[in-house]
Amino acid sequence: MPIPRNIKNKKKIATHSSLWDAYNESGYMAQTRTGLDEDLVRLISREKQEPAWMLERRLAALKIYEKMPLPAWGPDLSQLDLAKITYYAKATDKKSETWDDVPADIKKTFDRLGIPQAEQEVLAGVGAQYESTVIYHSLKEKFRRQGVIFEDMDVALREHGELVEKYFMKCVPPTLHKFAALHGAVWSGGTFLYIPKGVKIELPLQAYFRMNAKGMGQFEHTLIVVEEDAQAHYIEGCSAPRYGVDSLHAGGVEIFVAPRARFRYSSVESWSKDAYNLNTKRAIVQADAHMEWVGGNFGSNVTMLYPCSVLVGANATADHLGVAFANQGQIQDTGAKVIHIGPNTSSNIVMKSISKSGGRAIYRGLVDIGAQAEKAAANIKCDALILDDRSASDTIPLIKIKNSSAILAHEATAGKLNDDDIFYLRSRGLNEAQAGAMIVNGFIEPIVKELPLEYAVEMNRMVELEMEGSVG
Amino acid sequence: MNILEIKDLTVNIGEKRILDKVSLTIKEGETCVVMGPNGSGKSTLSSVLMGHPAYQVTGGQIFFKGQEITDKKPEERAALGLFMTFQQPREIEGVDFYPYLFDAYKFLKAARQEKAVSVFDFKKLMDKEIAALKITDDWSRRYLNRGFSGGEKKKAEILQLALLKPSFAIFDEIDSGLDVDALKVVGRAMKRFKKPSASALIVTHYLRILEYIEPDKVVVMSAGRIIKTGGHDLAKRLEKEGFEKIIKAKLE
Repeated sequence: MPIPRNIKNKKKIATHSSLWDAYNESGYMAQTRTGLDEDLVRLISREKQEPAWMLERRLAALKIYEKMPLPAWGPDLSQLDLAKITYYAKATDKKSETWDDVPADIKKTFDRLGIPQAEQEVLAGVGAQYESTVIYHSLKEKFRRQGVIFEDMDVALREHGELVEKYFMKCVPPTLHKFAALHGAVWSGGTFLYIPKGVKIELPLQAYFRMNAKGMGQFEHTLIVVEEDAQAHYIEGCSAPRYGVDSLHAGGVEIFVAPRARFRYSSVESWSKDAYNLNTKRAIVQADAHMEWVGGNFGSNVTMLYPCSVLVGANATADHLGVAFANQGQIQDTGAKVIHIGPNTSSNIVMKSISKSGGRAIYRGLVDIGAQAEKAAANIKCDALILDDRSASDTIPLIKIKNSSAILAHEATAGKLNDDDIFYLRSRGLNEAQAGAMIVNGFIEPIVKELPLEYAVEMNRMVELEMEGSVG
Repeated sequence: MNILEIKDLTVNIGEKRILDKVSLTIKEGETCVVMGPNGSGKSTLSSVLMGHPAYQVTGGQIFFKGQEITDKKPEERAALGLFMTFQQPREIEGVDFYPYLFDAYKFLKAARQEKAVSVFDFKKLMDKEIAALKITDDWSRRYLNRGFSGGEKKKAEILQLALLKPSFAIFDEIDSGLDVDALKVVGRAMKRFKKPSASALIVTHYLRILEYIEPDKVVVMSAGRIIKTGGHDLAKRLEKEGFEKIIKAKLE
């Protein structure tokens, strides 16, 4: 694919470092250090000019982090050396890079994904402010009139401090597990979204618009509040590989869904192949409210991701739809957690995984139906597609039921690519990788179709990229 | 000019020999009909010509348009202009039928280093063929062959034939599972395909389909071998006398 002419233009633009640093560590890393202690946490808070309450919360989270063992839930993390991680990196003002410095294979990936050049440059950390596009500004004006807040977390903390303080880490408390505590101590950047009472937004709110917001990287925090009767869809992530400063990503997403509100959170994540992707995503869902999670996970060394819905109000419902692709050397340990607290709550979990070239895809899930959750219903369906004999898939559903009126269904299937299906498509002119990708895309179609078109197209392209080199 | 030349083709599945020194030549523009009882190897011959990897060619050669294709991949054969309608087309979950048609068309065009028409022009071509095949149900919300009736599957195969425009088509029991009306539609579509420059290999049990497409050559297979070769008159003889007599005569 030819590189568009204007990409070749040499540009000197200050970069946002946390997004893309693997290719140039010198100079940038000089100002930072590995390991975590109180001084570093204080430094982060000071540099961000945070209010005192935030520093207190960071320090409290740090204390919890220091005491807590690694989580028992999930895959083995013994290879992860937490002392060698860089927890905070500040871009120097002098730092500048050009498109020419971005490695060729990464540019090629961008081209293959069909990402517009403006976004490519942003993703590579050499782009102009993507936020400054006209579209974003016109949306921003509309949001302002409706009372919608869609901001960078750092900005939100300055401009909407009381609102942030009310909700910040109340849904994902630092006591949840060690990485939630870590996140609470060193979080940086992210998104704040507030949808006022009764406001319904039809179009998905896209994090694309804010791709180069500061600190969108290792420990970004996403805080979403959807007030009563409100309705919105937020989508974030990008299928292009994101390269962090270091190999640990511990983001946090917390969502508050008020009574009768409806909210959908979609994400497509693709991390560099050496990364530990240990995200925590959680929603508290009030009475008659509905929460939907739609996710696609690619890349990384080990991913642990189990979006959680806490159905506290009566008649609260949740849908969890997810796709995970485990390629060579990768463990995709993903799933869902639903905690049924209120009566008549119901949940639906549909997960599809693909494992290839020695990859391991694990569905790990929890459905917890509490004593007060009268007539709760839960439906779990996991399908695994295992592309070769070296790859594996596991299903580890944990089910706790403390109320005898609960109805629960669990269904799991595992299959392989059918040689006759592949031959059929090859006889029509597709090569083996194209045929495999088509079948895999068909397999995940029920989930991909829930994404906005451009993300669906990109997810299909991701699968095509993952399927390349699968011949043999 | 010979478009297809099969020389002493011998094929195994594991230890079992299923084609034994099969030789057959088809000239450009010719139609050849392969007949024979179940298990005679005629469908195997189709799959081997298309390059199914489950079959091991242990001897002999296949030439297509003068090029040896014995070891070529199925997609390479498709790019050269070979096409096979499947006796049992595969049902593929989640793959939308119409976008699939355009994808297959684009991949094939790219492999042939030809320019593909736009999606809008393709849609026009597709609509024309859909009308010709009397496909009245809306297939736009259906997955590739998924839940299609036997007749619908065969029409879907012919639709792909018409859009992918091969120079040589293998019809592997295209007439099985078709009612009289569907047979008429499919037969007419085959006739439209069979321009003077196009060649075909028709594998069939029945002679009904030959009302639409007249064979230049008829071969009879039994136990993995070609036991008789003739013209259209052989097909008529088969209709009257059945396979048994011919096979017996050959054995004696």
